[in-house]
Amino acid sequence: MTTAPERTEPTPLAPGAPKSGTTFLGLPTAPRGVGHLRGDRSFPDAARGALRDGQLRANLGHATSTIRAKRAAVVGEVPDWEQLRQAGKALKTATMARLDEHLVELERQVTARGGTVHWARDANEANAIVTRLVQATGTDEVVKVKSMATQEIGLNEALEDAGITAHETDLAELIVQLGDDAPSHILVPAIHKNRAEIREIFLRTMPQFQGPDADRDLPAEPRRLAMAARTHLRERFLRARVAISGANFAIAETGTLAVVESEGNGRMCLTLPQTLITVMGIEKLLPTWQDLEVFLQLLPRSSTGERMNPYTSMWTGVTPGDGPQEFHLVLLDNGRTAVLADEVGREALHCIRCSACLNVCPVYERTGGHSYGSVYPGPIGAVLSPQLTGVEDNASLPYASSLCGACYDACPVAIDIPSILVHLRGEHVEAQERTTPEAVAFKALSKAMSSPRLWHLAQRAAGLSRFLARGKPTMPSMLPPPVSGWTRSRDLPTPPRETFTQAWAREHGAQS
Amino acid sequence: MTSAREEVLGRIRTALGENRPEVRVPRDYRTADDRPAEQLLDVLLDRLEDYKASVLRCGPDQVGATVAAALDTGLGAGWDPGAVVVAPGVPAGWRPDGASEDDGRPAVELAAFAATLTGIAVAIAETGTLVLDGGPLSGRRAISLLPDCLVCVVEAGQVVGGVPEALHRLDPNAPLTMVSGPSATSDIELQRVEGVHGPRTLVVVLVA
Repeated sequence: MTTAPERTEPTPLAPGAPKSGTTFLGLPTAPRGVGHLRGDRSFPDAARGALRDGQLRANLGHATSTIRAKRAAVVGEVPDWEQLRQAGKALKTATMARLDEHLVELERQVTARGGTVHWARDANEANAIVTRLVQATGTDEVVKVKSMATQEIGLNEALEDAGITAHETDLAELIVQLGDDAPSHILVPAIHKNRAEIREIFLRTMPQFQGPDADRDLPAEPRRLAMAARTHLRERFLRARVAISGANFAIAETGTLAVVESEGNGRMCLTLPQTLITVMGIEKLLPTWQDLEVFLQLLPRSSTGERMNPYTSMWTGVTPGDGPQEFHLVLLDNGRTAVLADEVGREALHCIRCSACLNVCPVYERTGGHSYGSVYPGPIGAVLSPQLTGVEDNASLPYASSLCGACYDACPVAIDIPSILVHLRGEHVEAQERTTPEAVAFKALSKAMSSPRLWHLAQRAAGLSRFLARGKPTMPSMLPPPVSGWTRSRDLPTPPRETFTQAWAREHGAQS
Repeated sequence: MTSAREEVLGRIRTALGENRPEVRVPRDYRTADDRPAEQLLDVLLDRLEDYKASVLRCGPDQVGATVAAALDTGLGAGWDPGAVVVAPGVPAGWRPDGASEDDGRPAVELAAFAATLTGIAVAIAETGTLVLDGGPLSGRRAISLLPDCLVCVVEAGQVVGGVPEALHRLDPNAPLTMVSGPSATSDIELQRVEGVHGPRTLVVVLVA
């Protein structure tokens, strides 16, 4: 009766291919065929379409510039921002170094306060646990607080397969769900839609606007659109018996869980239903209650650019007479321990999902979140997704960056994203079994550069290609393959008439 | 067969290996605020109003009258005292005559009230935040959530400067709600709009 739903395998796998990869220590990455960590195209292919979408670029440019200004203003207000940032970084490093001990303590505290703790090795196991818990209550619908972990594991699809309807209640998640769309930002999943597009989705899908007598007067104003969402969800909140949430923080020492939000949909889900199920990545932990004083200052200012978000809810197990009387906490691995095994890459687990790095990234601002193919887009996604899945399944993401470093500067826990990107590029190159044209080119270059005679010959040969440029400062982009793979998206400067050493020899006389 | 718990814990131990780093956490950020109480109240008022809460100030002997004025602000003059629900620990002197005390009724009935009156546990000046702790003065979480107008009485002694001082005063095991302004969203074009699912109106009575 409570068997796990059968999962289909949308990603075609080569015969004999493992369902998930493993790292060199034998730690499994997130399994294929479930969840949303892998795109169906490489980043450059997906980005090409996005770059041609003028509306998308306008929406993203408007939204990210708004939030960048707000963030800069409220971060500038805090005289000890850098100290908080360094404390946040050290706290996360310390947490990871003792992650097993802190998790056991968290389990002990939550259990002592009337909660039940479940452990999930991967997405399939987490989905099966949640499905079983919902089925045990006898309901066939749940309300959901926006949660990256449940997006990552594809929980809504798993519930749907089991005949359970999941209602997303965060405004942006609702827009995405009603529009049958995919999220494109960690904080504001519908950032790629503007008010006119949102109005159209609401008019088309919300029951309140259907039927001959419906009042379809809905101006494309953010306030009126938010009111339509309030009406749409009000009754669902009041009748819901089960809610599913993620968690922003969990405190090992006290068993306290925290959800940070704005609209009050989180409070509705965390307060009104009889049963609450929280799915949390194992890295969301903080050792002590005091540690929260750092993160409750870092997170709101970095994410929505507010001094404090409108609502933060904290709870420990079950409180008699107040809120859900049944509480389940699902602790999720799904590739996180594989990330932890990489001494350079593990810093990606420090992420508190504020999305500041997305908002400052010149690549994200132009391509949008869908191009990354994973629920974690932007700079943090480019380092997190390939590590969770194994770099072979997201091989193009470490290259989806100009390494400008804006993400590192904006990160409230000072994750050195550029260094992890370079590290992952190295891993990807080393994993190549076939020789690439690039590898051949670099091998030839290395040979030429270690012999003066070959180097001068090569320079002279390069100078001969000047005729192709026909006097223009850059070479034509339509060069034959394999060179075109490089020149398609880059300008190759026309080689100079003479090199520096040639000019020096001409003006000062040859010394050797 | 190994349980998922044992397997995940085992993976963490494998990933971390033998030599785990010893990390010193620098706590040289601000943990106290020496500004005089009067100045903290001004900061709190400024931050509350900045995030679209209304604030009324009064002396300790005028709380009842000021709460009535706050309800005028939130509901418009001529409001029905029967449509106001009050947390059980709110002092008699603060309550409007005829208001209902929360008796644990179900959510659907709570949602029918127009306004809620509660006290708070702690207020944070720098962020304009009120913290409710589920105690008799704050009430259970649902009452400060469902009615569309929330009136909170803040006493001067409850106001601290920053987040660290506030957390120090709170019980981590209590059901805590931090409220900073009325419910809001930035989900449409990242523009902040007040009023979604939580109370659309927040009126604060600041007693000093």
